[in-house]
Amino acid sequence: MYKYDQYDQAMVDARVEEFRDQARRRIEGKLTEDQFKPLRLMNGLYLQLHAYMLRVAIPYGTLDARQMEMLADIADKYDRGYGHFTTRQNIQYNWIKLEDCADALADLATVEMHAIQTSGNCIRNISADHFAGAAADEVIDPRPYAELMRQWSSFHPEFTYLPRKFKIAVIASAKDRAAMRLHDIGIRIVKRDGEAGAQFYAGGGMGRTPMIAPLIRDFVPIDQMITYAEACLRVYNRYGRRDNKYKARIKILVHELGAAEYTRQVEEEFAHLLNVGVEPPREELARIAAHFAPPAFVDGPKTLDRSDPDFALWVDRNTHRHKHDAYVSAVISLKPAGGIPGDATADQMRVVARLARDYSFDELRVMHTQNLLLPHVRIADLHAVWTALEAAGLGAPNMDTIEDIIACPGLDYCSLANARSIPLAQRISERFAETGRTEVVGELKLKISGCINACGHHHAGHIGILGVDKKGVENYQLSLGGSEAEDVSLAKITGPGFDEDGVIAAVEKVTDVYLASRAGGERFLDTYRRIGMEPFKEALYGQ
Amino acid sequence: MKILTGNDLRSGAVTWWNGTGWSLFVDDAVDVGDEAEEILAREDAARRVNVPYAIAATIDAGGHVRPAHIKDRVRALGPTVRRDLGVPTADKTGWDWVI
Repeated sequence: MYKYDQYDQAMVDARVEEFRDQARRRIEGKLTEDQFKPLRLMNGLYLQLHAYMLRVAIPYGTLDARQMEMLADIADKYDRGYGHFTTRQNIQYNWIKLEDCADALADLATVEMHAIQTSGNCIRNISADHFAGAAADEVIDPRPYAELMRQWSSFHPEFTYLPRKFKIAVIASAKDRAAMRLHDIGIRIVKRDGEAGAQFYAGGGMGRTPMIAPLIRDFVPIDQMITYAEACLRVYNRYGRRDNKYKARIKILVHELGAAEYTRQVEEEFAHLLNVGVEPPREELARIAAHFAPPAFVDGPKTLDRSDPDFALWVDRNTHRHKHDAYVSAVISLKPAGGIPGDATADQMRVVARLARDYSFDELRVMHTQNLLLPHVRIADLHAVWTALEAAGLGAPNMDTIEDIIACPGLDYCSLANARSIPLAQRISERFAETGRTEVVGELKLKISGCINACGHHHAGHIGILGVDKKGVENYQLSLGGSEAEDVSLAKITGPGFDEDGVIAAVEKVTDVYLASRAGGERFLDTYRRIGMEPFKEALYGQ
Repeated sequence: MKILTGNDLRSGAVTWWNGTGWSLFVDDAVDVGDEAEEILAREDAARRVNVPYAIAATIDAGGHVRPAHIKDRVRALGPTVRRDLGVPTADKTGWDWVI
């Protein structure tokens, strides 16, 4: 993985000291909150319901054991012994004190980590396929390109005050494991006649106006990728709305202009920028790519002893095919039945760090599904890994099942939320685990958001739940049929909302309809797409 | 009744105006009546508390202060899913009224 050079380290160190001074002046009363707020947001520091919240960047979800150990130390030293892994592959701490924040950032800087641009109207953390560098189906490891984009977008002088936040995802396979088309810009690295290039999608997003990004350029040579991205951002920066916060994302601009017109403007800007010459030198990509050389894989057994049914279930559910046939990628579930999705204690983080060091070439990933991943595990070592995960409460065999719920922090933590999301996730996962229905239902991606900002990705859920405030009381809208994968679609609302007990019963009813209607090996999503909404509405509302 | 709340500047902890200063405990909140705007302006300028604001609340039969809106009730006691991290309170019925 990428290692800082002296310039990277110097910039992060300088940023820490700059923030230290800003925080000091705020505490001393020399800065108002209005003056300080944009500064702290650019350093990932929010003020939430109960305390300040710090969002630490984990670039494209990749980190090593040393960094995970530091995240554990931050949790113990400055927070309350745990952290929350997010849908953008970052980590959040919910109880940070302003007076400690600069020290926490200084500690992070010692392991090449920071919280820069994890908030604010700027380009945020670049996300990527969590199986990058391991997946059997990728054309190339997308992470060098994600790292190039990270360096390009960090402290970019032109894009520091965009109309609104900007999120970019990079993948390199036909399968979309990063919700790429639901990002402001989604990039798929492809190969055409042996030449690497980038497909560009622009104008996707969730939130209060979900949109699927249209394809705006089918192939840009890889050595012009940054130039094209710059053209996309320039058109957005110039014409994105600044009069209305809720209409300021690029998806609104692309929608209002039309994809064709937006593309025309981007192509015009792209042609101009090619003449100007903004692409980083090829040597820079080569320098970055050298950090992502594949590990020294060794041959070994390709099969394992499946006599333990619990182990066999975990292997079937939580491992993913690797490009080397003696290895797999192993998902570490942060979704124990009845647990808080995405939360890990400091002790659990240390267990995961040790496993990465011992069994995965010192490499870890954060998945946008709020789980963790050991990307390169020898099949021969899987049982040892599973045993350690089980002992640490991290061995739930539930990837992509109804227990593998994505849930935002919701009204338990977030000042924007209208309703709680975590208790729903807890009750639903517990209900399905207790009754044994998880295995029967199979793949079902359930996503819960506590407000219209959709941080829980409910628009992309096979089943989505949105919490709303109905005259001061929590109420929940149910939606069906969303997908964040290459078969991307936006979920549709079933009808009137439910209270907490009602929506949990509703989830059971719609899975009953699926189980009664499914044909062959259909997933929930497939059955929904085949039979439509009506049978589900009938079951929910008796119409 | 009208009470004032905010977040402590240094720690971010939820605080409640108790008449002379800011307390961590919602039961210490006092009715500020018509003085809300004056107190808020003074406290905002003092920069001890971040973005203080006024909210509606009631006193229940047990004499405990209950914020009117669910969001402030969650702020008063802590995350409902991590009661171990909540604000220590002598109000044994506290978690019953948060939601």
